[in-house]
Amino acid sequence: MFTYTLTLLPSMMKGLLTTLGVFFITLILSIPLGIIVSLGRLSKFKLLSKMVEFYIWVMRGTPLMLQIVFIFFGLPIVGITFDRFTAVIIAFVLNYAAYFGEIFRGGIESIDRGQYEAAKVLGLTPYKTFRRIILPQVFKMVIPSVGNEVITLVKDTSLTYIVGIGELLRAGRIASNRDVSLIPLALVGIIYLFLTAIVTGVFNKVEERYSYYE
Amino acid sequence: MILEVEGLNKSIGGKRILKDISFQMEQGDCLAIIGPSGAGKTTLLRCINNLEKCDSGTIKIDGSYLCKDNNGKSLYASSREMAAIRRKIGLVFQNYNLFPHMSVLENIIEAPIHVLGIPAKEAKDRALELLKLMGLEDKANYYPFQLSGGQKQRVAIARAWALNPKILCLDEPTSALDPELRGEVASIIEGLVEKEMNILIITHDMAFAQRVANKIIFMEDGQIKEAASKEEFFNSYQNSRIKRFVSL
Repeated sequence: MFTYTLTLLPSMMKGLLTTLGVFFITLILSIPLGIIVSLGRLSKFKLLSKMVEFYIWVMRGTPLMLQIVFIFFGLPIVGITFDRFTAVIIAFVLNYAAYFGEIFRGGIESIDRGQYEAAKVLGLTPYKTFRRIILPQVFKMVIPSVGNEVITLVKDTSLTYIVGIGELLRAGRIASNRDVSLIPLALVGIIYLFLTAIVTGVFNKVEERYSYYE
Repeated sequence: MILEVEGLNKSIGGKRILKDISFQMEQGDCLAIIGPSGAGKTTLLRCINNLEKCDSGTIKIDGSYLCKDNNGKSLYASSREMAAIRRKIGLVFQNYNLFPHMSVLENIIEAPIHVLGIPAKEAKDRALELLKLMGLEDKANYYPFQLSGGQKQRVAIARAWALNPKILCLDEPTSALDPELRGEVASIIEGLVEKEMNILIITHDMAFAQRVANKIIFMEDGQIKEAASKEEFFNSYQNSRIKRFVSL
């Protein structure tokens, strides 16, 4: 059994790399975009705020699976074509930016008005106020919710399966079918557990780092 | 005149909070605005610090118009002029509003570095000097949550002072302090007056006003009921309402 497991590893590792690729690219793009989304949502320009609200509603109100299918299989019908990986990344980033946007909005809204007033009285510009006073405090506040979302992202990467990208789950499924064995699927499960354990550990560390103030 | 307020009016939600407020501060003044809760003191202070916009009237700080009355409407300075006027006035909030994610030192050097553009080293030296004057030189690397109320207040004073404003405003500086600390903040303010800082204090603490101020304004119901030098104010209670308030 051990030797069998070893023979699975090369294809699993290949799948894992794709999974990690989707994971990291989504994370790196969707968090900054999420900050922009939250600002748009909080904007005083009603039209912008309403448009962002609509975007969030659509992204959170429909399955991510549908969004992936829509972009990869649907859009070509109207002449917009992406390769598999790009389509998946677009769907993930748009979807996750909406979730992160709502998390950041909650964080920004919970900052005491006195912080803005103190910054204003000291003469800080609105940009510096946001960048140096508000955002660092928001980050601390949203760490737990962002952590949950990132763990969900680890698992959601398996949805890329639908467009036939060779990620972890697909690698396991192929091996399981080929060898009529449960072991590949169990192995996939273990790898996901490892990944989420690492994410949890990282977020605990980040939380610790931000615990220098209350 | 370091501060001139002329015909200030302000309504919030249809209720008139400030009614035709006029007063002046001269160089070297420590002016205390006293009065019962709801008199409009804090709103007045917020207008002077441009945290609220007044409806009509003029506010002139050290020769520059923050806003100027034009046929019953206040016209505000442009945002560029505003930045310059902003530097002339500092405010210590009632609940201090320190930045919780920054150390004491970082709180104080934030604006000198990022607003005035002073080099970090210089800003730091100056901040440490101010902390020493406040008796907090050993607290530079503490975070606000590690400080007592009185210590936070002194950090807030140092933070405002670091920008060298012409006028330093304090909103209810004694409200959250026990009697012993009240004496402490009083001596700090006296020290500031000695350094030729102009001080504007909002308070309902009569004993405190009597100790630190040289001029007193009594406000009630959005109006100035009495404005006089401290001696005049406390020696002649022409107004029986003030008498009642003072004797409390």
